[in-house]
Amino acid sequence: MREILTILSAGVFGLLFGLGLITSHMTDPAVVVGFLDVAGDWDPTLAFVMIGGIAVAAPAFFIARRGEQALLGEAFSLPNRLRIDRPLTLGSAIFGLGWGLAGICPGPGITLLGSGDIGAMVFVPATIAGMFLARLRPPQMATST
Amino acid sequence: MEPEWTMALWGGAMIGAATAGLLLVDGRIAGISGILSNAVRGTPGVWRWAFLIGLLAAPQWSPMLGLPYAIAHHQGGLFQIAAAGLLVGAGTQMGSGCTSGHGVCGLSNLSLRSLAATAIFMATAAATVFAVRHVLPAIVGA
Repeated sequence: MREILTILSAGVFGLLFGLGLITSHMTDPAVVVGFLDVAGDWDPTLAFVMIGGIAVAAPAFFIARRGEQALLGEAFSLPNRLRIDRPLTLGSAIFGLGWGLAGICPGPGITLLGSGDIGAMVFVPATIAGMFLARLRPPQMATST
Repeated sequence: MEPEWTMALWGGAMIGAATAGLLLVDGRIAGISGILSNAVRGTPGVWRWAFLIGLLAAPQWSPMLGLPYAIAHHQGGLFQIAAAGLLVGAGTQMGSGCTSGHGVCGLSNLSLRSLAATAIFMATAAATVFAVRHVLPAIVGA
């Protein structure tokens, strides 16, 4: 029963997440690139996505840091908050390069795939290929979870 | 039609609610790159596939709920999108997160690590857009 509730709730939260991406226009690469184009005709609107997201999610993380287990009994899996190492900085720089190049990050890519978008049909498999390629690195670099 | 910034704020609040829900109900972090990476390499946890199916279903549901259609105006051709996908996949794998994992979850969790990651990927993304939009046309046009 608990297992079924976990799967069902995760599906609902995935749907809500995707609806949020669509509502905020994070799924439109032209809007994303307009936000990133600080030297051109800058459109700061997408900053409100971050503000809205953090305003709602931050109290939940506050609760999770003080709590022991989630509603369905699973222990909270909270990542390390302090370690700033080379994989983090180099990886984030490479991610930013790709994000700026096409204006698509993983969430919007998967959501667009569900609309039958041709660009997403190229983007998502390439993203998965990139993930596998990155894991071919020597073991000391493969610290990601 | 609502002004764009209120749509962005509402959309962000929905993303935040989904993130809060997955954390408080299931104990999990709504980092999309991590969920995708673990799902495709077979890490146990059917919940990841359920979350991904929810994301995929969103474009069908949004018009029915009176929300906008998911329409993409792509930047560059399919080759550019493929190259971008490879970089996004490799970078998020190495850096353990993307816009959702570091940007929304990490910053909400007051994580210094995620603050560093977010500052870096925002800076390189803006620099890339600057190069593609403003530097490259100047070189090609000259």
